[in-house]
Amino acid sequence: MPAAHAAGIFIQYHRDAMPLLAVDNLTVSFPTADGTVRAVRGLSFSVEAGKTLGVVGESGSGKSVSALTMLGLNPGADITGSAVFNGKELLTMSQHELRKIRGAEIAMIFQDPLSSLHPHFRVGWQIAEAIRAHTSASKQDAMSQAVELLRLVNIPQPERRVEAYPHEMSGGMRQRVMIAMALALKPKLLIADEPTTALDATVQAQLMELLIQMQNELGMAMIIITHDLGVIASVADEVLVMYAGRAAERADARTIFFSPHHPYTRGLLGSVPSATGVVGSRLTPIVGSPPSLISVPSGCGFHPRCPFAMETCIDDQPDLIPIAAGPNHTSACWLPPDMTGVGIAMDTARQRYASTHRGARSAKLPGVIAAVEGAAVYA
Amino acid sequence: MTRFLIRRIVFGLITLWVIITLVFVLYYARPGVDPARELAGRAVTPALLENINKEYGFNLPVIVQYWNYLKRLVPIPGQFNLGTSNVNRLPVTTIIAQAVPIDISLAVGSAILWMVLGISVGVLAARRPRSLWDRGATVFVLTGVSMPTFILGLLLLYVLYYLLTIHGIAIFPKPGSWTPFTQNPLEWAHDLLLPWITLALITAATYSRLTRSSLLETLGEDYIRTARAKGLSERRVVYRHGLRSSLTPIVTQFGIDLATVLGGAIITESIFGLPGLGLTVVQAIEVENLPVVIGIVLVASFFVVAANIVVDALYAVLDPRVRVS
Ligand SMILES: Nc1ncnc2c1ncn2[C@@H]1O[C@H](COP(=O)(O)OP(=O)(O)O)[C@@H](O)[C@H]1O
Ligand code: SF4
Ligand SMILES: [Mg+2]
Repeated sequence: MPAAHAAGIFIQYHRDAMPLLAVDNLTVSFPTADGTVRAVRGLSFSVEAGKTLGVVGESGSGKSVSALTMLGLNPGADITGSAVFNGKELLTMSQHELRKIRGAEIAMIFQDPLSSLHPHFRVGWQIAEAIRAHTSASKQDAMSQAVELLRLVNIPQPERRVEAYPHEMSGGMRQRVMIAMALALKPKLLIADEPTTALDATVQAQLMELLIQMQNELGMAMIIITHDLGVIASVADEVLVMYAGRAAERADARTIFFSPHHPYTRGLLGSVPSATGVVGSRLTPIVGSPPSLISVPSGCGFHPRCPFAMETCIDDQPDLIPIAAGPNHTSACWLPPDMTGVGIAMDTARQRYASTHRGARSAKLPGVIAAVEGAAVYA
Repeated sequence: MTRFLIRRIVFGLITLWVIITLVFVLYYARPGVDPARELAGRAVTPALLENINKEYGFNLPVIVQYWNYLKRLVPIPGQFNLGTSNVNRLPVTTIIAQAVPIDISLAVGSAILWMVLGISVGVLAARRPRSLWDRGATVFVLTGVSMPTFILGLLLLYVLYYLLTIHGIAIFPKPGSWTPFTQNPLEWAHDLLLPWITLALITAATYSRLTRSSLLETLGEDYIRTARAKGLSERRVVYRHGLRSSLTPIVTQFGIDLATVLGGAIITESIFGLPGLGLTVVQAIEVENLPVVIGIVLVASFFVVAANIVVDALYAVLDPRVRVS
């Protein structure tokens, strides 16, 4: 094989391998009167073109802040790290350059469609405005595009609905309007931050279906942020589990659901209702609440709540390391890499391992209380 | 929308009726007071009292007096009657008709100035909270709010009229100058410049404060984040999306202030010798010219009620959510 050819293949390979978005060691902190809120503490992930990344974590784990930071929508934040989108560094970009990317190449939709739409403007006008911000379309042109977009997201009678104000629509319809607005310029990446959280269950399902359909038609990549693993079960190619501003675990969706390594992921799965078909040994919520991001716990941030916490976990922060259960599977936990999966047997094995790695200071750890009581693993 | 407006107008008419009735009770039907004597003023004679009693029918039962009083206030030519001045025997309506154009002129000019000035300063402050701009705006607001109108008016008069004029730079006209708009618009504006500036500087402070706080709140809203996420320019985000939502409290305040100036800017008119409703009512009180006082009270109340209705209508135009309620 001639050398040039080999190089060509190499370059080709490389181009394919380059993700659409690569975030590396991102940190975001907010100086406040009470102290510095360390909302994101060294987060790395990537999104391939046309693929869907699900970002999961309890409320307050830094999901929204990470997303907003990429678009420069976090005024007053101290930011370090890098976020390369389509070959361009977003974090050092000027506001002017960033504006050309916002809405056009990276679009975003939010949790509450009522408060996210301007109450004083008609929805058609708001969509047309997004189009006119990035193209030289005339007003009429932009408005007829708005009608087509409403039709695309399955809003009945789009010619009439463009004239409606947000308060005249239902929650589901409003979120469809937000989606239509986000898709107006055929972005390469759509970030959906809790897109269905404010809506009821049937509407949730319809909207997720719509997002998948839109992705198939437009070929964009998606980041779907949610606190509910169930929402992304059937949508995400890859899942990033976040805890206290860091990545806890990352893997393809199947691996996350069937062979999780991180006890936090394991705990989240415990709270997935059995109707989804991916259940753990029993329905067990994670005890306690996420830590204050002003004073994050030492070592592994999850240790005050982790039923398998060990002596090391109090002092040393685990990094993401490869886990054998799936391709590109990584987890940030001191438990042995082969301890993956759900179910009582694996939980017991984890507990046994943890109990042999405890020391003098372990008395306060949550798992120990459970052991003393002789009860189940989850205290 | 129409139903909303009709409701507001009916409500306004009821308010007006309550005020009118209060005026009646206070001036014509207060126990122990002879209304004819009060209306006659200083140059009282038995014949005059006789006349007034006949004209107003003060010997009739109170309810009949009230009915006649209401009829005199129905705005139909020939029927509408606010009585006669007890000083120069002119109909009160004529006196008011002479004064009102001055107040309208004062209001229009100063309102434009205070809105532009107040809102601009407020926006500057809100866009850069705690910056030098913001601190400057705070000083502006504090000065405007705490500065008495008569001090500012006299100061402007002293510096811009007196000092300049004695140094041969007669840019501003002497107090008491007044040219109707229809006669010479340029001269009209020139004569009113100092009173406009006085009223505007005093009033703009409120608008700066309102704009700043309301815009700061709006800029934290989710839909502002959406506007930025769409890729709009910061200018458009602030002015089109932010200011639009902040207009509601500004419009409310505007209604109040406009009505206040229309009903007579007593101090400004007195300082600059402008015979609008304010100066007229002050002079009427000094000579116990009760018919004129009552007439101006009624007209000023009408302005307040009308301004409120206009504000409500503006709400409906500004905020589509108001239209359904
Ligand atoms: N502008 C801000 N100033 C101070 N703290 C903030 C700001 N924005 C977010 N935070 C804090 O950052 C943390 C992460 O927030 P967020 O990313 O919204 O969490 P979630 O995962 O629920 O989306 C929270 O503790 C939140 O209070
Ligand atoms: S076992 Fe230790 S490292 Fe793993 S999640 Fe629990 S506390 Fe963190
Ligand atoms: Mg969030």
